Amino acid sequence: MYKKIMIPVDLAHTDRLEKALTTAADLSKQYGIPVCYTAVTASTPTSVAHTPEEFAQKLEAFAQSENQKLGLHSAESHTIVDPDPVADLGKKLIKAAHEQGCDLVVMASHVPGIQEHIFESNAGKMALHADVSVFVVR
Amino acid sequence: MSDDALTPDGDAAVVQTDYVVGQDNIQKQLGPFGLDIHNPVFVISGLVICAVVFYALALPDQAESFFGWLRPAVTSTFDWFFLLAGNIFVLVCIGLMISPLGRIRIGGTEAKPEFSYAGWFAMLFAAGMGIGLMFFGVSEPISHFSSSFAEGAGSPDSWAPLGGAAGNEEAARRLGMAATIFHWGLHPWAIYAVVALALALFAYNKGLPLSMRSIFYPLFGDRVWGWTGHVIDTVAVFATLFGLACSLGFGAEQANAGLEYLFGIPASDTSKVLLITGITAIALVSVIAGVEAGVKRLSEINMVLAFLLLLFVIVLGPTIAILTGFFNNLMAYGEYLPALSMPFGRDDANFSQGWTSFYWAWWISWSPFVGMFIARVSRGRTVREFLFCVLLVPSIVSVLWMTAFGGTAIGFVNAGVSAIADAPLELKLFTMLEQMPLAAITSFVGIVLVIVFFVTSSDSGSLVIDTITAGGKVDAPVPQRVFWCIFEGLVAIALLLGGGLGALQAAAVSTGLPFAVVLLVACYALVKGLMQEPKAKPPLIRSRKAQ
Repeated sequence: MYKKIMIPVDLAHTDRLEKALTTAADLSKQYGIPVCYTAVTASTPTSVAHTPEEFAQKLEAFAQSENQKLGLHSAESHTIVDPDPVADLGKKLIKAAHEQGCDLVVMASHVPGIQEHIFESNAGKMALHADVSVFVVR
Repeated sequence: MSDDALTPDGDAAVVQTDYVVGQDNIQKQLGPFGLDIHNPVFVISGLVICAVVFYALALPDQAESFFGWLRPAVTSTFDWFFLLAGNIFVLVCIGLMISPLGRIRIGGTEAKPEFSYAGWFAMLFAAGMGIGLMFFGVSEPISHFSSSFAEGAGSPDSWAPLGGAAGNEEAARRLGMAATIFHWGLHPWAIYAVVALALALFAYNKGLPLSMRSIFYPLFGDRVWGWTGHVIDTVAVFATLFGLACSLGFGAEQANAGLEYLFGIPASDTSKVLLITGITAIALVSVIAGVEAGVKRLSEINMVLAFLLLLFVIVLGPTIAILTGFFNNLMAYGEYLPALSMPFGRDDANFSQGWTSFYWAWWISWSPFVGMFIARVSRGRTVREFLFCVLLVPSIVSVLWMTAFGGTAIGFVNAGVSAIADAPLELKLFTMLEQMPLAAITSFVGIVLVIVFFVTSSDSGSLVIDTITAGGKVDAPVPQRVFWCIFEGLVAIALLLGGGLGALQAAAVSTGLPFAVVLLVACYALVKGLMQEPKAKPPLIRSRKAQ
């Protein structure tokens, strides 16, 4: 049914991703397809890493530890470096889904509140604009 | 994790510190909005700004007399210091450009630029001085020319640079142009370049947060994460916000005067408030759209419009005079530069303190803002490339702009068109365009340029303040940058209606003094930091290796 799953990851808040990660793992095992852990980082130092390269290494380490923990089909990681991540996140993730050949995005999102009437959530943006399937986990 | 993990693209000398970007931040839910703010920089800056605005509104006379005294006191007493510091910045930049340190790449030896030359250059120009060129491009050359040409030039009351050239039209024109270019050429751009390069180096190569305090790391070590750093960052926010809010307030007055002159839209508080609201609204859209889709695109639009306006003046104006004037003015600049930049033994106090020292304080007070913004968009450039594009190219563009607008205007004034000389500052550009064909179109382009330049300032300023008050995080939640953008508009409106724009602009410019010291430290930190960096390989070796 699907070829590859993309899971957008916020390395600063992995604790909030539990449900989405498990959901994606189940789907991965069900269809026997690989998972691509994808994250967007600023080129400036962030709370996660001093440099984009350190970030990429941490993301890869995260992907491999998830792989072991959940027994996935196979796992890879993809780091996107962007000068203004909060503004470009959705756009860059959609582009990356194409480049990585992912046709299903499993994405964690918070329960929408008043803020979502003013600022669209990233997952909302993805669901609205992406031409691949998007599974929003709340 | 291995040590390699800390290495940026290729080699770089990352600072080994336990500090983590955002470790002092508070992440809170405020109503529906998630926040990620630096404790205590965000709160203190916000409160200090509110308190000062309140002071200016509650006790306008006192505020005006205090800040009205403070600013000239600072620029007159410390004129030698500003001029000396300015010269040091230029020399440091030129020294770095020609030294082997120029080969170092921002972000590590293998880093790639994030923006094209056009987009990058448009952004640094729009942030650096776009709006100033619109207002002073015509007026400043005329001022210096007139004071130099006037009979009393050289007397203690005269505002002429270097004693002027009373009665000598050609010499007065050369001197006037040289003095203007002096204020808009190498020196201001060197000020920006020093701050921007130091910030970029410490963020992209050393792995420290993108914040003013990081520049002080070589001096204070981990103490910069404490109160020393809080104070530096708070003053940077203060200078940036007041600098922006005041120029937004004055800008609204000037744009309004322009609109009244061109379209008969009456100048009133209502229309000024509407202008500020409009500019802030467009800036908001741009701020939410982000750097790439927002400020970069707007800057590019402005670059094209400004280029068209410049081309128009060159082609339809006195083309030959402008082209030969360009080289003449460059030579005049070179000729008068040593005398104009001399910090000691000046006989032209009005000019060196009232103009030059004031300008230097002004550029320096803007430098945290412009420097932060330039740093943010300059990853992947080598130091030499960076300095070439931030120091030399903009200086050359300024010379061309001043020649086309100022030189042409002086020509009109000498030919007996007194309207330009008589017009108030904000209308000089329009009265000059009126002397040329298609004035309706070019004046309209002029107004659009002024407004969009304000939008890009407000936009990039909000991004910078947001980053500083989020402890160097460029990925703080969007509502925060929205907050600063609106806050800036509100401060501008409050000061416009309640009075106090002038007083607070004086306050913002006064921060130029402490920041001049910060910048001198930045020079030291920059050179020291660069000396620890591995240099990018010369292209020859790299291509051989690739084979």
